[in-house]
Amino acid sequence: MESGFVFSQTDKNPMYQQIMEQIKQRIAVGDWPPNTPLPSVREMAIEIKVSVITVKRAYLELGREGVIVTQQGKGSWVNDTLDLKMLQRDELIQHLVQAGKLAKFLAIPEEKMLQMLKQYME
Amino acid sequence: MDLPPAIQCEGITKRYPHFQLRNVDLSFEQGAVMGLVGPNGAGKSTILRMVMGLLGPDAGSVKVLGYSMPEEQIAAKRDIGFIAEDMRLYESETIAFHMDFIKSIFDTWDDGYADTLLRRFDLNKKQKVKGLSHGQRVKATLLLALARRPNLLVFDEPTTGLDPAVRREVLDEMMNALEDETRSILFSSHNTLDVEQISDYITFIYGGRVIESRNKEDFIDGWRRLRLTNMDEKPLPNLPNIKEVQRSGRLCTVTVNDYEESFPRLFPAAGLVVNAIEPLTLEEIFLVAVKSAKANASMELAQ
Repeated sequence: MESGFVFSQTDKNPMYQQIMEQIKQRIAVGDWPPNTPLPSVREMAIEIKVSVITVKRAYLELGREGVIVTQQGKGSWVNDTLDLKMLQRDELIQHLVQAGKLAKFLAIPEEKMLQMLKQYME
Repeated sequence: MDLPPAIQCEGITKRYPHFQLRNVDLSFEQGAVMGLVGPNGAGKSTILRMVMGLLGPDAGSVKVLGYSMPEEQIAAKRDIGFIAEDMRLYESETIAFHMDFIKSIFDTWDDGYADTLLRRFDLNKKQKVKGLSHGQRVKATLLLALARRPNLLVFDEPTTGLDPAVRREVLDEMMNALEDETRSILFSSHNTLDVEQISDYITFIYGGRVIESRNKEDFIDGWRRLRLTNMDEKPLPNLPNIKEVQRSGRLCTVTVNDYEESFPRLFPAAGLVVNAIEPLTLEEIFLVAVKSAKANASMELAQ
């Protein structure tokens, strides 16, 4: 399976996170439905021209998050019990944590933050 | 399947009048890529020459694919493809001449692979070496090394002086060579982007010594930059893993190695606010590490 990943040199995230992101996107848009087998770590590394150890780390972290399942000798595939909404919710929470930190640093009061949030949800 | 390591150097030392390689340990398993980084004159080429058996160490041992170097270099060289910057081709001969020449020496030469590489590299084998551009020469030497399918590839600065398109072609072909699960690559480069992209292991050399040698993910993950606000101009905690401090008024940036999750908590305790924690690229790590290694070296001299 050709993955067709495109990476960005201006992306500040480490390469393993960019790989994770690209895999999640393919799952999110339905190109890689549940149970789709992923290329082996080495196949993926050769295809995207990124070191084996980096791809290995991306797969490991995706396994930890429950996005993919990896079994020794059998390879990896997209988790069939994967709740995509949960996955995206986790991502939203990450953004909120960052926003909360920044608001605290900028001394923006809670009411003001809620107001701003409301504005962007309309 | 118990394969010997691709490379196993233990305590290698080599003395020259103005340079010394000191107690170098290097080792990695087959099927992996190791990148050597370090400033000019750090000792990278000397190490690669020892791995190739072109130089013998004054002390220590060098084993390559299980062969002791330089004693067993004749047997070892069947399995090793070497590319160095100063590699000479016969100027008045064609690429085809060189292909036939290598083929006559190595029975592992793969005609099909050689033709594929000619096409991918856009090379005309009837062309004479003296008419080739630098990029074409590098691609031709890479073809000659790859098409005999050696187990280990040793490249000294393979991407130096190449334009971005050719550099990409060379890196792509290095990665493609890893399709064989036991093929290994040891290479040196000034281009930290190349090393960061394709290496499984990174070895940082400075002043003839190994400063750090570990798997790339741990190597890069060990470094962080912390952006701090120091409102009350408190002193920074005195920690050995702080490698660089840059101050500008109440703002302060600290670059650290051996980073751990608990590390940022040390700063609020000292009265400083942590605004951001950032990962570093290999290039940024390189610059800080060289500076800090330089400072350590001059401290040693002063003692």
